[in-house]
Amino acid sequence: MHDPMRTGPTAPAPLGVSIARARLTRGGTRLFDGLDLTLEGGAITGLLGPSGVGKTTLLRLLAGLDTPEPPTVIGTADDVPLAGRVAYMAQQDLLLPWLTLLDNVTLGARLRREAMSATVRDRARGLLAAVGLAGRERDRPASLSGGERQRVALARTLMEDRPLVLMDEPFSALDAITRLRLQDLAGTMLAGRTVLLVTHDPLEALRLCHRVHVMSGRPAAIGPALDPPGPPPRDPAAVMGLHAEVLRRLAA
Amino acid sequence: MTRLIRAAVTAAVLLAVWQGVVWLTGVPRYILPGPQRVAEALWAQAPLLTHHALWTLTEIAAGLMLGVALGTASALLLSGFRPARRWLLPLLVVSQAIPVFALAPLLVLWLGYGMASKIAMATLIIYFPVTTALFDGLRRTDPGWVDLARTMGAAPAAVLWRVRLPAALPALASGVRVAAAVAPIGAVIGEWVGSSAGLGYLMLHANARMQTDVMFAALAVLAAFAVALYAGVDALLRRALPWQPDEATLNEDTTP
Repeated sequence: MHDPMRTGPTAPAPLGVSIARARLTRGGTRLFDGLDLTLEGGAITGLLGPSGVGKTTLLRLLAGLDTPEPPTVIGTADDVPLAGRVAYMAQQDLLLPWLTLLDNVTLGARLRREAMSATVRDRARGLLAAVGLAGRERDRPASLSGGERQRVALARTLMEDRPLVLMDEPFSALDAITRLRLQDLAGTMLAGRTVLLVTHDPLEALRLCHRVHVMSGRPAAIGPALDPPGPPPRDPAAVMGLHAEVLRRLAA
Repeated sequence: MTRLIRAAVTAAVLLAVWQGVVWLTGVPRYILPGPQRVAEALWAQAPLLTHHALWTLTEIAAGLMLGVALGTASALLLSGFRPARRWLLPLLVVSQAIPVFALAPLLVLWLGYGMASKIAMATLIIYFPVTTALFDGLRRTDPGWVDLARTMGAAPAAVLWRVRLPAALPALASGVRVAAAVAPIGAVIGEWVGSSAGLGYLMLHANARMQTDVMFAALAVLAAFAVALYAGVDALLRRALPWQPDEATLNEDTTP
C-alpha cells in the first residue's frame, strides 16, 4: 500500500521561481511597476493584500493565464519556462458537476487525452482518501458540502503533481471551522512543494506559509518577508503576535 | 399523484363548462359540437385519425431531429470559429425577422406537396431556438473552468468538447424543450398550405365539409401529441442530465 502523501518517483523536485520587474497597467492606471517576488523552492510563500491590489493578477501571470506586460520577467531555478508546470487552485472549487469525484480528480489527464491507467486511478483514489473522502469516488459534486468540495479541489490540484502550486484564496468561501480544518489538511499535503498562496486572510497566511509577504499601496509594493516560527500548519494561538504586525502592514 | 388528480379535476371542469355552453346556447353542432359528439367522432373515425396522425407525427419527429442536429452544429460552429461568428451571427438574427410561416407556400412550391416541405417547415421553426440556446450556453461557460483547463494544458478542442459543451447541455435542453413545443405548429402550418395527408390536411378537409366534430377530434389528437412530446422530451432530458438541479418549482407541494 503506497502512501498517497508521497507522490512516488515522479514527484517533482522543489522548484524556485521568481518574478522580476513586474508591471501591470489597467485602464491607464499603473497598479504596480518594478515588482519583485521570489518563491523559494519547496516552501509555501504567502502573499497578503487588500482586494484590487493586483495579487491575483500576479498569480495569473505565473499561471500563464495572463500575458505579462514588458519588462516583466518570470524566472525559474532550472531556466526551463514555467508553461505546463503549474497546478492551479481557485476560490471556487471549479468541480465539473457532470463528472464523478474520481473523474474530477483526474480531470487534467482527461483534458490532455492521456490514457487512464490503473496507476492513475489508484493515485486519484489515494488522494481522495487522503482528503477524507474514501469510498465516495462515484459521487457527484452536488452531494458534497462546500468544505468537501474544496477537499476534492485540493486532491485534483495535487493529482496534477506540478513543481509549482498556485492557490488563489482557496479557502475564503468556507466557514471558519471548515477553513481551519482545510488549512491543516493543505499544510500537511503541500509539504515539500513550492507554493504561492494568495489570500486576504492574515491568519491563513501565518498558519500555512513559511514566508509571508504583504502587498499594498498604489502602485503596489511587496514588503519584506515575515517568517513565522515553526513548521506549518501552525496553531492559530502561536501566530497571534504576528497577526497584529501583519494587520499593521496591511493598513499602511 | 395529487398532481394527476388535480389535472383530472381541471379537465373535467373544462369539459363540463364546454358541455354547459353547448346546452345553454343551443348552437348548431356544425358550429360547436359538444364533448360527447367529439368523443364519438374520435371513436368512429379512429382508423382515419390514426393514419393522418402517424403522417404528422413522422413530420414532427423528422423535423425535430433535423432541427436539433442542424442547430447544434451551427452553435458549435459559431462558438468555435470567430469568422463564423462575425459573418453568420448577424445573418442568423436578421433571418428571424422573416416570419417563417410566410415561407410555407414557397417551401411547398419548392419541395412539393409531400412530406419534405413539412419537415423543412418544422426544421426551420426548431432551428433558431436550438441554435441560440446552445450558443448562449457555450458563451456562458464559467471562466474559472476554462482557466483551470488551460493550466492543465488542455487544447482548445478539448476545452470545447469536455468542458464547454457539457456545461452548455442544460441550455441546449431548454432550447430542445421549446423546439418540442413548437414543432407541431410547423408541421400543421405546412399541411394547411398544401398537402394530401396529415392532421392539418384532415382538419381543413373536415372544415370544408362542416364535419366540425372530426375537426375537433383531430385537434384533440394534435394537442395530445404536443403535450406527450413535450413531456417525453422533458423526461428524457432530465434523465440525460442528472447533475442538473431539478427545478421542482412547477410542483408546489413543497411549500407550506
